[in-house]
Amino acid sequence: MIIETQGLRKSFRSRDGRTKKSVEAVRGVDLQVAEGEIFGFLGPNGAGKTTTLRMLATLMEPDGGSATVAGCDLRRQPGQVRRRIGYVAQGGSTWDESTAREELVLQGRMYGLSRSIAERRAAAALDAFQLTEYADRRCKTYSGGQRRRVDIALGIIHEPKVVFLDEPTSGLDPQSRAHMWDEIRRLRTEGMTIFLTTHYLDEADALCDRISIIDHGQIVAEGTPDELKHQISGDVVVVGVGGPSRDAAKLLDAESFVRKLEVVDDHALRLYVDDGATAMPLVMRVLDHAGVAMRSIELHRPSLDDVFLTKTGRSLRES
Amino acid sequence: MKLARDTWLIFQRQINLLLRQPVWIFVGVFQPVMYLLLFAPLLKPALAGAGAASDADTYRIFVPGLLVLLAIFGGLFQGFGLIAELRAGVIERSRVTPVSRLAMLLGRSLRDVVSLIAQAIIITILALAFGLRVQLGYLLLAYLMLALIAMMTSSVSYAVALKVKSEDALAPLMNTVAQPILLLSGILLPLTFAPLWLRRVADWNPFSWAVDGTRALFGGDLGNDRIWEGLLIVGVLAILSVLWAAREFARSIR
Repeated sequence: MIIETQGLRKSFRSRDGRTKKSVEAVRGVDLQVAEGEIFGFLGPNGAGKTTTLRMLATLMEPDGGSATVAGCDLRRQPGQVRRRIGYVAQGGSTWDESTAREELVLQGRMYGLSRSIAERRAAAALDAFQLTEYADRRCKTYSGGQRRRVDIALGIIHEPKVVFLDEPTSGLDPQSRAHMWDEIRRLRTEGMTIFLTTHYLDEADALCDRISIIDHGQIVAEGTPDELKHQISGDVVVVGVGGPSRDAAKLLDAESFVRKLEVVDDHALRLYVDDGATAMPLVMRVLDHAGVAMRSIELHRPSLDDVFLTKTGRSLRES
Repeated sequence: MKLARDTWLIFQRQINLLLRQPVWIFVGVFQPVMYLLLFAPLLKPALAGAGAASDADTYRIFVPGLLVLLAIFGGLFQGFGLIAELRAGVIERSRVTPVSRLAMLLGRSLRDVVSLIAQAIIITILALAFGLRVQLGYLLLAYLMLALIAMMTSSVSYAVALKVKSEDALAPLMNTVAQPILLLSGILLPLTFAPLWLRRVADWNPFSWAVDGTRALFGGDLGNDRIWEGLLIVGVLAILSVLWAAREFARSIR
């Protein structure tokens, strides 16, 4: 395992009006990440993703627990960990008045590379991230997607074994996002292990080999996206109704074939059932019998959001 | 060795960025020149009591104070640039590398020292045109004093900036610190005229010693103990400030 943590925890003191209180941001996180994986850390904002990532990247000291990253003990050898990892923050890391090339050379040199090697690596990185054309323009002239590519190039200039990416695609347009996914997959083919956080379900599903779902500072589920989805046996039936969905919800909740029910909005419901094919005619009969007009009915395989919902009782889309 | 290399690395980058914005040199020199042109003439009759008979004497008393003023204020407001760097993520990006934390501070403080000395040279040359006369050796020692002051005040400003992380908090804080320092250091008018109690209070202000020392150097009065006392006090404070600020750079933050 290239990353392994046991019982990692961190709390912050915060002030709520006059009373000081301690907020537990991460409460005992155990993780295993294998070499060469794209590992996703999925959870709503404020779940403890960034705090965990920052602890693993040596930017913050854990209050408790232990971790090894790239073969080094996080707490006893933070300097060794730093040499072996790259970290790309969510908020960006470039200076408006510098050029991408200057930033890359400086970053390489801060990792201890000589000027000539740093320059060579910078040129290669600019090429790989298709930034050569803008390399000598100031960063303030870049688009959001270009700037994010520079951030990632900065994070890997020293050829780390592990790269931590904090929300690598947040705020990007769909095209830049797809482009970024390709870049991340390319890093993996170059032998890097990627540990990323995301609150996008489709990103975790499409990009990651394995994911951990975190909520309120604790891991609630872990596995490949398919494994997680299969943990939820059964199907999801989405029903659209003409009248208020709450009335329909009351009717259906009383039925024994409905294991769990969620009101999506005023006119839609999600039902978790063992077998969708037999449940659909039952749903229609119940609603018809009560005189509730039905507009649509669909059968779905469970998504990662359904996994999140069954583990936490909330939908990731809402939180 | 690594410290020297890393410091040079950060310093080079900071200087390059500074030279890209040549406006700073104009802004940095404009205010002191206004003081030379519009305030110094007022002082000549006022300083007659302190033994200033000529323009040369007036400028010999006024210019050192002006330069110390520039070093204090220039330094104390450097934290703003650091907050902008924090916000851009540049500091965090450096923190994940093994680059020396002390170098992250020294590279920036040395840039502040170099830009201050550049301003001081321009102002000295202008003051020469007004009739100031000073020996080169003494002038260089006076610049050392200024360099130590700038090192201290900019380090303090960086340490506070890393603690408060917001311009809105940094500006009033630095103004509050700077005002009593300014009034109690005899920067604009020597404290010779001050009542005894005020002079006793001013004795506790390290910058008062630095101003006296710098004036003595401009006056060519090498026997004056205030020179060495001023250099020593400012030097020790500069080292303490650097250590404090470097610790703030090293501290892991949320």
